[in-house]
Amino acid sequence: MICLRSLPLVPLELKSPLSFRTRAQQHHSHPFSQTLRSHTEPHKTLTRGGTATTTAANVALSEHNDLNAAEEEEPLPSELSEELMPNHVAVIMDGNGRWAKQRGLPASAGHQAGARSLRELVEICCKWGVRVLTVFAFSYDNWIRPKVEVDFLMNLFEREIKSQMQKFVSEGIRISVIGDSSKLPETLQKLISDAEEATKDNSRIQFIVAVSYSGKYDIVQACKSLARKVKDGVIQLEDISESLVEQELETNCTEYPYPDLLIRTSGELRVSNFLLWQLAYTEFFFAKELWPDFGKAEFVEALISFQQRQRRYGARLS
Amino acid sequence: MEKDRGDSANQFFGGFGSFLRKCIFRILSMGPIPNHIAFIMDGNRRYAKKQGMEEGAGHKAGFLALMKILCYCYELGVKYLTVYAFSIENFKRKPEEVQSLMDLMLEKIGELLKEESVVNQYGIRLYFIGNLNLLSEPVRVAAEKAMAATAKNTKTVLLICVAYTSYDEIVHAVQESCKENRNEIETLYASKVSNGVTEGVEEGEINGTTEHDVQGSCENSLSESQALNTTRACNGVIGVEKKKGVTLRAIQGSCEDKWDEATSRTSNGVTEGVADSKKKQWMHPTIKLVDIEKNMYMGVAPDPEILIRTSGENRLSNFLLWQTTNCPLYSPSALWPEIGLWHLIWAVLNFQQSHYYFEKKRKQS
Repeated sequence: MICLRSLPLVPLELKSPLSFRTRAQQHHSHPFSQTLRSHTEPHKTLTRGGTATTTAANVALSEHNDLNAAEEEEPLPSELSEELMPNHVAVIMDGNGRWAKQRGLPASAGHQAGARSLRELVEICCKWGVRVLTVFAFSYDNWIRPKVEVDFLMNLFEREIKSQMQKFVSEGIRISVIGDSSKLPETLQKLISDAEEATKDNSRIQFIVAVSYSGKYDIVQACKSLARKVKDGVIQLEDISESLVEQELETNCTEYPYPDLLIRTSGELRVSNFLLWQLAYTEFFFAKELWPDFGKAEFVEALISFQQRQRRYGARLS
Repeated sequence: MEKDRGDSANQFFGGFGSFLRKCIFRILSMGPIPNHIAFIMDGNRRYAKKQGMEEGAGHKAGFLALMKILCYCYELGVKYLTVYAFSIENFKRKPEEVQSLMDLMLEKIGELLKEESVVNQYGIRLYFIGNLNLLSEPVRVAAEKAMAATAKNTKTVLLICVAYTSYDEIVHAVQESCKENRNEIETLYASKVSNGVTEGVEEGEINGTTEHDVQGSCENSLSESQALNTTRACNGVIGVEKKKGVTLRAIQGSCEDKWDEATSRTSNGVTEGVADSKKKQWMHPTIKLVDIEKNMYMGVAPDPEILIRTSGENRLSNFLLWQTTNCPLYSPSALWPEIGLWHLIWAVLNFQQSHYYFEKKRKQS
């Protein structure tokens, strides 16, 4: 698994999964996130949410070291509140096939159009200060699709990574890939490895691509890893806790492993074995548009919906 | 006289309503009926506030709504119902509210066990799913008593999640799987040592690459209704080979119902994890998906086919994360005590529509 790192044991402070916060309350006190930070250059914690005024995104963005000065600014739409922006957005990019079929095109055309949509979304998330964007590019369950389509998708991933590499580096995008990479073509595996290495110190946004990924198998591999540790005497059976499981999941490559918002396009109302553990308190937004038709306006709609929600995490807001 | 007329009118409309409902259910039953529906009963407190009732009254109204929905579902032919009654996170609420919920639970468990209750009417087997040790003694004892008392019922099943979160369920399953795995290794090691030969070859890490454990092949001939009735993984060893006195666990797979739009029903899973008999090296048995699944509290029921969360919230709140990966989530804006027949009908119609859609896709591919 590409993203799995063996981390040194950290104090077993129970990290509550409920500790994702709005930007206004951002502070990273969890020992796990401290450990992660040591993997990368220390990066500036965005504290603009803590200030009293809601500054426009273009002022806040200038705090980033990685910002390309010549880049076009894109302020946050007025309907959105900067303080309530999600830290981590996850997307199930569904509907490429249907989009192509509607136009009498082959599925490959749908996937190309989908890739374009994705590029636009990455750019928007970058500009609006989303910290992590995770996309479900290819499920472990998708390996059974026709070989022609699967091969096309693998080629598409390779082409996209190659063509976007320069942008990742210049715009401070850190790319991570989660999923069972052993089933990917070797050339793609190498490309991914190189891309992750080249961008590992980038800190403007983390772009996680789930390829050959399954939420259930993520938990199974975490369980196997824990079983190994128990066998080796590194931990006791009784020590296995929510915190330990979380640390073993593939999303341990990020400071924000739990999406605040999950968007699924094409009107499907299910998660389809995307992130499982990580979605416990995630707000879902089901968009009826097909993925190639999902653009800035639709993203704003999802964000508006998200910002209106009252998140209680099982407790009660008094 | 007026009152009598009023009562007769009520009786008439009640009877007519019941007749109408039965007609609608009969029509719905011509299509596929979900085997298992799960509910997140959200909105009791907001309902109480809206109606100007005192806080505890919202939960009482919620219980009445549960009984109503329960009857509708079982009448329709749904076999399994799961409800999210109390999350582990809910223990963080005000102690008075937690206590009143516990008292309500105790009271209602008692009522359910009475002779004339719905439990006997519909032959319901009760399960209390969750970390019951977190409950106070009287509630836990009552829950265990209720489970024992209804253990022989076979018509329908009601799973009440109390002191439950998916995290707790998964961690428990992981712990149990690790414990079994450790015991398995110890047993095999002991047999290896005692026999002096390499035996008990199992799947494991080959050439340092961890292989994917669980694959399977779902036959195309699996009919939709079968798939619907067995939405959870069908566990078990599919093939066992004996080779030169060494038992190889050839294929241990799970068939999973796949709902992706472009996925054809014929899923030819890759069979992996077969120990190379030529290598004959000793490898540790590893944990598989089926091991975790069988240790889940919810392992007593198939996966839900519909998940309904009331009050318009669009999140799972740590409910059945494992079991709902392929299950649609419906979020009517009605608060839980306001849930009615039409919400159920609408959910079932949607279910039938997507069922036919996937059938059509399957035939096309």
